[in-house]
This record gives sequence, structure tokens and C-alpha cells, in this order.
Amino acid sequence: MSEVIVVASGKGGVGKTTTSANVGTGLAKLNKKVVLIDTDIGLRNLDVVMGLENRIVYNLVDVVEGNCRPKQAMIKDKRYPNLYLLPSAQTRDKLSVTPEQMKDLVAELKEEFDYIILDSPAGIEQGFKNAIAGADRALIVTTPEVSAIRDADRIIGLLEANEMKKVDLIVNRIRMDMVKKGDMMSIEDVLDILAIDLIGAVPDDENIVIATNQGEPLVGNDTLPGQAYLNICRRIIGEEVPILDLTAGNGFFAKIGKFFKKN
Amino acid sequence: MSVFDIFKKKSSSNVAKDRLKLLLVSDRANCSPEIMEMIKNDIIKVIAKYMEIDSEGLDIQITQTESEGSNGNVPALIANIPIKEVKHNS
Repeated sequence: MSEVIVVASGKGGVGKTTTSANVGTGLAKLNKKVVLIDTDIGLRNLDVVMGLENRIVYNLVDVVEGNCRPKQAMIKDKRYPNLYLLPSAQTRDKLSVTPEQMKDLVAELKEEFDYIILDSPAGIEQGFKNAIAGADRALIVTTPEVSAIRDADRIIGLLEANEMKKVDLIVNRIRMDMVKKGDMMSIEDVLDILAIDLIGAVPDDENIVIATNQGEPLVGNDTLPGQAYLNICRRIIGEEVPILDLTAGNGFFAKIGKFFKKN
Repeated sequence: MSVFDIFKKKSSSNVAKDRLKLLLVSDRANCSPEIMEMIKNDIIKVIAKYMEIDSEGLDIQITQTESEGSNGNVPALIANIPIKEVKHNS
């Protein structure tokens, strides 16, 4: 059974595209057939985060306008056998696609893919409406900040009004050292306010910046965010995975400590 | 700032949480400050018929309260109305 997942946040810059790239790649690593769709028309970014920007021929608008078939526009990620990207158009505006067209496209792709990940643009206008039109479930990305949480709450309200079946939260860019000092809201604080299910928390980590620089999602590698993203993917496919302890360091000694704790 | 202020200071995460809670309640209820002011004035008018109240000290806000049913938290209008004197002449 295939599932269509929209990644949304309301506020920009909280990590929607990074999350989409890592969740899509992670699901592909778990042997699922995945297509990532960048729905941010006019400001395409998912291609660069994925490191596939040099291989774009056709885009989302070409597909919905019938200039090409979806197969021709989808870029196959050579690093993973099951991963494809449908890039957005850079030189068109967000009104070039309608929610109905998105619904049709997603329904068509559902035949072939296990997971369709829709990276939504910031805001609550047409682009967002396009992204949620065909989605079965949503991942809400927020950071532990007042502005991001406020926008997330608005998005959650809109998704509920649109009868989204499942809405889960990812708390991104959390800094446990600041939480400990009382200078950042904790995961519990954010959950308390937004009152939806948590599907994962990702620490603020320099490895994310490095991975984005290189155009290679870090999901599954030996870093704390790499593990956090892989855990999110495991939960998406229905596995029970305990929430990662982000307070533990990721240095050599911390890992030895963890090794002994496990045994 | 004296040394003792450190103990009095609320952590910034708690400040953020409290601000957010109030903000989201009015966001969710779609209730503007102007409407709140109108509600407040009407409440004063009604209560003033029966008691003398401190209209300066009156405070109303919409907060989340646990509902008695099963549907979790619901918005509730909380009014704090200091009474100066109850009128007995009616």
C-alpha cells in the first residue's frame, strides 16, 4: 500500500526541505520505492539539497501541463536504486499548478511508488494547498521557537479542517544544552502546546550544514541527526523505535558509554 | 542586577511557553483584542447593575481548560473581576 506524505511547517527556514530530502532518502534506504516532489514553484531547492540540480530536464509544471510524461521528468538518484526526484519549476509562479492537477498526478504515481513525499513551500497559499491536496498524512516540521510553533499550530488547524488523516510532529534543530539551561523550549513543551503526536526530534547539528553543502542527505550515517532521521523513517513504515536520547554526545567516549549501557 | 535576581528570573523557555499559550488561544479562537475589549466593557455594564466592581482591575482572557467530556482541552473565557462592594438595596 502506498502512502502520500506532505512535509509542511508554515514558517520558512525551519528545515522542511532538509527533512523531505532525508525522509525520502531514508525510506529508499529501507528498500521502499520513493519519489520526492518539490512543490515550491518558483523557489526550487530540493534538487540542490539532494545534489541532483545538474540533471534536471523537465519539471513539475511540464508534467501537469502535459509537455512530458512523469517518467521523463523524474530524476533517478544513482546512489539509491529506489529513489526519484520530481523537481519544481524555477521560472514559473505558484498558480501554474492547481490542487486538482496535483491530486491526479499523485494518484497516478501511487500506482508505482511506495511513498510519495511532497515538500511544501512556506506559507498557506496556493503552493501549500497544492501540496496537501493529494496527501494521506502530514509531517509538521517546527523548531522550538515561538514564531515557528505559532505557524505550525496554524498549519495543524488547516490540515484538520482539510480532514488530513494523520498529522505528526518533527521538532527540528533542538539544542539540548540550551534546553538544560532553560533557554530553549523542550520537546515536551512543544508537544504540550501543539498536542499532536511526535514522530521524531532532530538536534541542531553542524553535520546538517555539511551534508547540505555536499548535496548528500545524511540520513542513516553515524551522526546524531543521521540516526534521528533514520528513526523517523522507521516510524513512518510502522516500526516501533524509541525516541533517540539527544542529550548524549556523539563523541567516542559517549559512544562507549552508550555501548556499556546497552549491555 | 543583584545576585538574588538570578533566583527570581523566570527561564526564557518558560517565558516563551507562556507567551505562546496565550497567543495560540487567541489565534485559535480568532478573537481580536478589540473584540476582547468590547466583551470586557459589556461584562462591566452587566455586573455593575448588581455590584460595585473595580473596572481597572478587571482582567479577562481566553485560556485552555480541560473539558469535563472526553474531548481534551477546550477554550474557556476566564474573567477576574474584583468586587468593591455588593449592593444590597435591590
